[in-house]
Amino acid sequence: MTDTPCKGAIVSGLGISQIGRRTGISHLDNTLHSAREAIADAGLTPADIEGVTTMGDTPVSAAAAALGIEPVYRGGGFSTGGLLSPVMSAAKAVVEGRARHVLVYRTVQMMGGEFVPGAGGDGDAPDEGKGNLLDVMADIEEVLAANALSAVNWLAMHCRRHMEIYGTTKEQLGWLAINSRRNAALNPRAVYRDPITMQDYLGARPVSSPLGLFDCDVPVDGSIAVVVSAPDYAPDCPKPAVRVEAVGGSSGAGGWFHRPDYPNMASVDAAAEMWSRTDLTPSDLDIAELYDGFTYLTFAWLEALGICGDGEAGPYVEGATRIALDGELPLNTYGGQLSAGRMHGYWVLHEACVQLRGEAGDRQVKDNPEVAVVSNGGGPIAGCLLLTR
Amino acid sequence: MSALTDVDVPTRLLPKLTDANRAFWTGGANGELLVQRCEACDRWQLPPVDSCPVCGGAVALSPVSGLGAVFTYTTNYHQFHPDIPPPNLIAIVTLDEQDDLRLMTNLVGCTEDDIASGSAVRVQFEDHGEIFYPVFELIGQGQ
Repeated sequence: MTDTPCKGAIVSGLGISQIGRRTGISHLDNTLHSAREAIADAGLTPADIEGVTTMGDTPVSAAAAALGIEPVYRGGGFSTGGLLSPVMSAAKAVVEGRARHVLVYRTVQMMGGEFVPGAGGDGDAPDEGKGNLLDVMADIEEVLAANALSAVNWLAMHCRRHMEIYGTTKEQLGWLAINSRRNAALNPRAVYRDPITMQDYLGARPVSSPLGLFDCDVPVDGSIAVVVSAPDYAPDCPKPAVRVEAVGGSSGAGGWFHRPDYPNMASVDAAAEMWSRTDLTPSDLDIAELYDGFTYLTFAWLEALGICGDGEAGPYVEGATRIALDGELPLNTYGGQLSAGRMHGYWVLHEACVQLRGEAGDRQVKDNPEVAVVSNGGGPIAGCLLLTR
Repeated sequence: MSALTDVDVPTRLLPKLTDANRAFWTGGANGELLVQRCEACDRWQLPPVDSCPVCGGAVALSPVSGLGAVFTYTTNYHQFHPDIPPPNLIAIVTLDEQDDLRLMTNLVGCTEDDIASGSAVRVQFEDHGEIFYPVFELIGQGQ
């Protein structure tokens, strides 16, 4: 096993704001809501929080000041996990004793907002010494010049290639959208909760062929926060502690379309790194909460994580039985970004913890799930976490 | 290879020119698609870099044939920029010189119904002033 930088850190608290379309609630108010909820859920007060880290909207300085926290730790330490880097950095910090409790939040704004891919959040330095490989965004100029202005265009081309190599079908992608909507119906916080049929899915307006409207996630306003605590806080944690077993990330070498193994993505590297740091294997998973900014990304993660073989994600999800709440491996149990809302990789984390705690209510996976995988990212950006109860 | 004269030149978000990328983006003025090639290991390299990402060797520019094959593609239907109306046919093309020498581009004079992965294409250039943007047209029949 290689080094295990985050192993043993616990998620001690969870918080989530109202999630919605054009809520009119400011990003700072959403952040304060989720942060206060997470801190209280962990059995702590703001005075106990020694670190704060985030990525994107609502800078740490603004959130910390409003919460009355003076953080000694403000992120950094793990920069290759994409949007989950702040969580991984916090886990590393508490394991190394640089802080005991770290608040991590991700706040998104439906209209506008800021997101710098690979920037790593406050205080996170880019990885050094990764050699001369093509950078994570080395080909972005070429991508934009081709008037491929959205990630939907870039990933549509991965998806097309996958279809041509493996015979993956549009209907197989559709089962992901249908599964997510079915789960969202059981999640009061989800944005879209009315069931959809395959006919609805196939009839939706095209966005970037072969992807259509129901292949795309739902932009929302909202904030999710977690408290990451040192391993020895587990006995004092008022809620069941969710333990970080392993994390994985990727340098993003090859950019958006220069990987030799295209349509594989950085998710392959992140998953390999995660599994190299644990004795658990894909057969131990009880739940999978996988990134679905676009349906196809979930296929990429299912294969990258070894949940199924290369090219087998389509048949794996067909009929949405194996991935249903009562199936072999329940997938995106909260409704996914496709139906619940685009919380940029943080709702998958939140939901995995809720499920492992047994707090998911109507959508709770039966038989006390013990092992969950969480992933986010696409193209050259990828991070994943293995969590246990 | 020839410059496009019979179509409207679309708006593009063009790159800032640098010492490393200038030749690639401007070579079309002379009808040439100039691509870096490593002087040590002979590998062709896109996108433009300062040195060979495989062996670290120095790179020099050479014209390529401008012939290639469609690797993958998508038709964009959503207007993401006020001056760039859909639909537009975006593709990744593999240049004939090397099986992993890819560039992202637009296919012109065809729709996605006319093409498949493997369709043979040839470069043309759009005149954007200093930059001559390489687009590709279908040659022969798509599969």
